[in-house]
Amino acid sequence: MRPYALPSMSLRFVPVWRRNLLVWRKLAGASILGNLADPLIYVVGLGYGLGSMLPQIGGVPYVAFLAAGMVCSSTMFSATFEALYSAFSRMHVQRTWDGIMMAPIDLDDVVLAELVWAASKSALSGTAILAVIWLLGLSSSLLSLWVLALVPLIGLTFSALALAVTAVAKSYDFFTYYFTLIMTPLNLLCGVFFPVEQLPAPFQAVAWVLPLTHATAVVRPLMLGQVPLHVVVHVLVLLAYAAAGFYAASVLFRRRLLK
Amino acid sequence: MAVLAVSDLRKSYGGQEVVAGVSFGIAPGECFGLLGPNGAGKTTTLRLCLGLVDPDGGSIELMQRPIPGEARPARLRVGVVPQMDNLDPDFTVEENFLVYGRYFGIPERAIRERIPGLLEFAGLAARAASRIQTLSGGMKRRLTLARALINDPDLIFMDEPTTGLDPQARHLIWERLKQLLAQGKTIVLTTHFMEEAERLCARLAIMDRGRFITEGSPRELISRHIEPHVVEVHGDEVMDWADGEARGLAARVEKSGETVFCYAKDPTPLLASLSRRELRYLHRPADLEDVFLKLTGRELRD
Repeated sequence: MRPYALPSMSLRFVPVWRRNLLVWRKLAGASILGNLADPLIYVVGLGYGLGSMLPQIGGVPYVAFLAAGMVCSSTMFSATFEALYSAFSRMHVQRTWDGIMMAPIDLDDVVLAELVWAASKSALSGTAILAVIWLLGLSSSLLSLWVLALVPLIGLTFSALALAVTAVAKSYDFFTYYFTLIMTPLNLLCGVFFPVEQLPAPFQAVAWVLPLTHATAVVRPLMLGQVPLHVVVHVLVLLAYAAAGFYAASVLFRRRLLK
Repeated sequence: MAVLAVSDLRKSYGGQEVVAGVSFGIAPGECFGLLGPNGAGKTTTLRLCLGLVDPDGGSIELMQRPIPGEARPARLRVGVVPQMDNLDPDFTVEENFLVYGRYFGIPERAIRERIPGLLEFAGLAARAASRIQTLSGGMKRRLTLARALINDPDLIFMDEPTTGLDPQARHLIWERLKQLLAQGKTIVLTTHFMEEAERLCARLAIMDRGRFITEGSPRELISRHIEPHVVEVHGDEVMDWADGEARGLAARVEKSGETVFCYAKDPTPLLASLSRRELRYLHRPADLEDVFLKLTGRELRD
């Protein structure tokens, strides 16, 4: 195995993906409720509470503005948690990957399975939040249906980035750095809670380098019934982050596990 | 036609050669034992043979396929029982079979048909719906063995299959392995239980510091390397006796802590000398463990 080879993409990942699905199905109800609770508390607390003191943003109430951001942010968090903690448990603590790789399945297949799995799970939780937002009447445009296609892409992007971190993690503690140094800035700078344009210019420049900004830039207009600008650019940025993260993860996992 | 052929295999970690030029072949239906102290390179050799690690040099053919190039198709015909159980703790016994069978691309119906037989083999017929955490160490080991048979493999690798098991559990595993050999399966097993190797393996190799230091049937190894009689002596004055009289009576005298081991072709003079003294002793035939300790030394390995 050449350590820097492109990841081999094969359908062999499917049985590994199904393994994770089977585990998840046992706890599906609790898992979805858990994923819904956090973003909805934000929507209620910040959206209705704090939002009632705020002016409208671009012609919509703050709670509707925030709800669109929460779809992106909670998809990101769900993907990240799965690709950090759960993947690390399967790789390092439970040695599930070791068992799988004794069968005719390669490390590349396992990494692809983890990527697709974390993206699937986060897409599901993002979709659940979207459904609740529809029910609350915070988004009523048909254009918001397009978000169903974007949520899996957002999941893929942040799963790939988190997997690359998992590949170099020594223990669960390591993930604290990722949350403090990466996730918190992403969540606060990338247009989830307020428009990026409110930031000082240098911070705006930083924000536009970060993937989550490109997610909110497409999802929010769609949720609010507007056609977003520069869709192709935003989607390409998300895809580029996904591809770079996945490639880095593949190389780093090989270095870690195939010595 | 060999099911496994290894030639001049080499692997280094951090400048240290862990596998330093190993060559061997395994014939179908054979049970081959790989013995060695901790850190001898046994597990690395197995991982190399499975294509889980790339070698630095040498060649491997597993099921007539070059490794690591065609490791995946080769592993279709191979079962593995790893040193540390890696059963899936999120699943029941039955689900472990189901999920593992899918990794081999076996259709779901075929897997479900195989499960009852494998449960029977593992002695877990009543535990199909049990979660893994509720199983004893012996049950987990049997399940790991049965799981390795889900693809009906021709060759089974076992890395210390009975380490950490009580005698009952160990004997049950041995019975199962004999059953597999009787079915014509080939087994490659690493162990540091000499008794296990003597019972199961027709041929074995002792490995130390990355090399095979001897190879043959258990009997051959004993007769080649060691005197047939061993007298183990304990007692207060044993060291004086060992440094004096014993020297002339035994072919070799070894001290280990408070015990003296005397190796001899003819034990009669030794026993006569001991009968005149207040020393406790045990006279027994030489076994594989004596060979192992002679060749790999008595110092602790970590």
